[in-house]
Amino acid sequence: MIATRTSRPPLWRDVRVLKWAFQLAVLVAAVALVYVLVINVNRNSERLNIPTDFGYLDNPSQFPIPDSDFRQTQPVRDAVGQGLINTVRVSVAGMVLATILGTLVGVARLSTNWLVRSAATAFVETIRNIPLLLIVIFSYGSLAITTFPRIDEAWEPGGVAILSNRGVYVPALEEAPPFLGVVAVALLAAWAVSRWRREVADRTGTPSHGGLLATATAAAVLIAGWFAVGAAFDVPVLEGRIASGGLRISPELFAIGFALVIYTASHIAEIVRGSIQAVASGQGEAAWALALSPIHRLRDVILPQAFRIAIPPLGNQYLNLTKNSTLGAVVSYYELAQVTSISVGNGAPAVPAYLLTLGIFLVLSLVISALVNVANRRAAVVTR
Amino acid sequence: MTPARIWLRRNLFRTRFDSAVTVAVGLLVAYTLFRLVRFVLVTGRWEVVRVNLKLLLVGRYPNVHLPRVAVALVVAAAVGGVVAGMVRRHQAAAGTAEHRSQGLGRRAAGLLGRFWPVLVGIGLLLGLSGTAGPWLTAVGFIGAAVAGRIAGEHLPARLDPLLILVALATPFGLVAYVADGAGWEDWGGVLLNVFLALASMVLCFPLGVLAALGRRSTLPIVRGLSTIYIELLRGMPLFVLLLMANVALGFFVPPDLSPGKVVRAIVVFTLFTGAYLAEIVRGGLQSLPPGQEEAAKALGMSPVSTTFLIVLPQALRNVIPAQVGQLISLFKDTTLAGAAMGLFDLLDVGQVITRQGDFAGQRLTPEAYAFVALLFWLGSYTMSRESQRIERKLGVGER
Repeated sequence: MIATRTSRPPLWRDVRVLKWAFQLAVLVAAVALVYVLVINVNRNSERLNIPTDFGYLDNPSQFPIPDSDFRQTQPVRDAVGQGLINTVRVSVAGMVLATILGTLVGVARLSTNWLVRSAATAFVETIRNIPLLLIVIFSYGSLAITTFPRIDEAWEPGGVAILSNRGVYVPALEEAPPFLGVVAVALLAAWAVSRWRREVADRTGTPSHGGLLATATAAAVLIAGWFAVGAAFDVPVLEGRIASGGLRISPELFAIGFALVIYTASHIAEIVRGSIQAVASGQGEAAWALALSPIHRLRDVILPQAFRIAIPPLGNQYLNLTKNSTLGAVVSYYELAQVTSISVGNGAPAVPAYLLTLGIFLVLSLVISALVNVANRRAAVVTR
Repeated sequence: MTPARIWLRRNLFRTRFDSAVTVAVGLLVAYTLFRLVRFVLVTGRWEVVRVNLKLLLVGRYPNVHLPRVAVALVVAAAVGGVVAGMVRRHQAAAGTAEHRSQGLGRRAAGLLGRFWPVLVGIGLLLGLSGTAGPWLTAVGFIGAAVAGRIAGEHLPARLDPLLILVALATPFGLVAYVADGAGWEDWGGVLLNVFLALASMVLCFPLGVLAALGRRSTLPIVRGLSTIYIELLRGMPLFVLLLMANVALGFFVPPDLSPGKVVRAIVVFTLFTGAYLAEIVRGGLQSLPPGQEEAAKALGMSPVSTTFLIVLPQALRNVIPAQVGQLISLFKDTTLAGAAMGLFDLLDVGQVITRQGDFAGQRLTPEAYAFVALLFWLGSYTMSRESQRIERKLGVGER
């Protein structure tokens, strides 16, 4: 009979022990690194007599923020809040505009028209390969404040907007909150109609005309609401050198917004193009074979599937756009990075101030990722 | 119909709507091109670039030591050529090389198609410079690249280990050689951007690979720490990290160890790009069929040699295009170091030259920015084209 050894190997050759010993060593090293960093911060701050807590948030900020109600007597806490608002404002507007422009350019890159295709390719390949910071600085220094005319010779395209080197003025909605309610009702009605038509089409097989009817419904609700609420556009007026009314976009906001939109759009265009090409070619051919019209082929067969593929990379672009909005600091747009660096210049302790800013961006990133994940889960193909 | 008319019909005037679009876009394109050509040839005042060319290329690097930069460029071209030739020889031996039945003219045309942005860049710089130095450097650069390529193909195979060692040591040797003339804290212009990008890429590579392996590890603590590092750095804006490194990095180290600005920038770029690279490498690891690892295990290979000889070589090869994309991003992002830390990088030089001396107040920013943009564009575009070529060659996604 052969003797079988049932005893465990010695400790230094036992895989389970080795694994845990290795992990323990890694953990100790990581904790030691963090510990050394914290000790150093404390020691250096004490030596230079700089606080390491967040008490500076209650001190007066000593700087005003242009285009806001923020005054220099208010505490740093409120300045950070206003900076966050400005960051979110430019990021959200940038996401919407960049998605629209990017989708147009992405579809144009696949056009059968040679000129459209080439122009879209040239746009993408030019913008994508230039540093964003250069586009930001150019939009500010060479476009927003030198190419745009002085206020007394401002361009007034169609008499509804004013372009000048003191800012861009666009029409704004008067009585905005009630009218936004009307817009929401219109969207809901359109959604309900398109759903009802789709259901009828699924049941009876007749054409749904969902898009047409939904648009008509929305238009009807909007027009009715327009008169009911009595909304009107507040068109900016230029009198001599003073513009009044409308919504003012400062040159700084214009520069960072414009740069973010065209830069991100050039990346989104590539995502859109790649996603459309990634839809299995049999899908489009099957749509031809079923004699669907080109519009139906694109809208009902190809784009829904391309959209599914595009969601994760689009989410990455939205994250990048939000983080890139910090470049607004370079042109003195008062978003979070600018507010932080001005506060630090005015005596706020650097380590807590920057850690706070990084923390806020971390939370913003998590929120965007969570939203993208929700969208992704809803669009995913249901499998077993 | 003649072929030309058929082409026009198919590509520009398919339908009535298509024709209208063609006319509208055509007018827009024509106007843009007209403005562009007029700016480059007529209205552009390029004196500001010509006078400050040296500042744009190497910053305040001392003139007496400029030959060091030239020598470094020529050596780098020679070594790069030898490596390319070596790769070609291996492909020929393995039977994976492209056919070379095409004539010399075809090959020249192919090379021109691949490297025309580089040639345009060299031509432009030579046209702008008024001295002999750049001409000598350019001739040496192209000559060394071609000679290295030919030599690399015909060197005996037993020299390969030595060649690889030399190729790996060259960047360090060249940096030391150029830094011997003036320390890198005094570098500027293109030289600084390229140095920041290459140094950070070299340093972040091991970091990214380790973090990717850690995130896929079965050990919970290692996985957790890697995940925390990757997700933390990916959620933070690079610009704020650089701002923080500029004023607050000194707090995290003992006072007498406080690093210079260039080192601070490299630390931030390395940590930041390492996190992104880790996710790219993780994608490559996930793309491998599990059979590869199982087969290595069945052959009795240890986990370490499985990882380094079987898994990583294939995983890294599968994601070469994404890695090049990250390198391009890094190259463009080096401009942030100028704005956040006051380093004298290419974009910063471009801004400074329009404000100094005779050029102040003349609104020369479009000229300066156009030149800076062109240099970045030439570099990024060449890299992205080469990565697409590698992608096609490897046939990633086609198997």
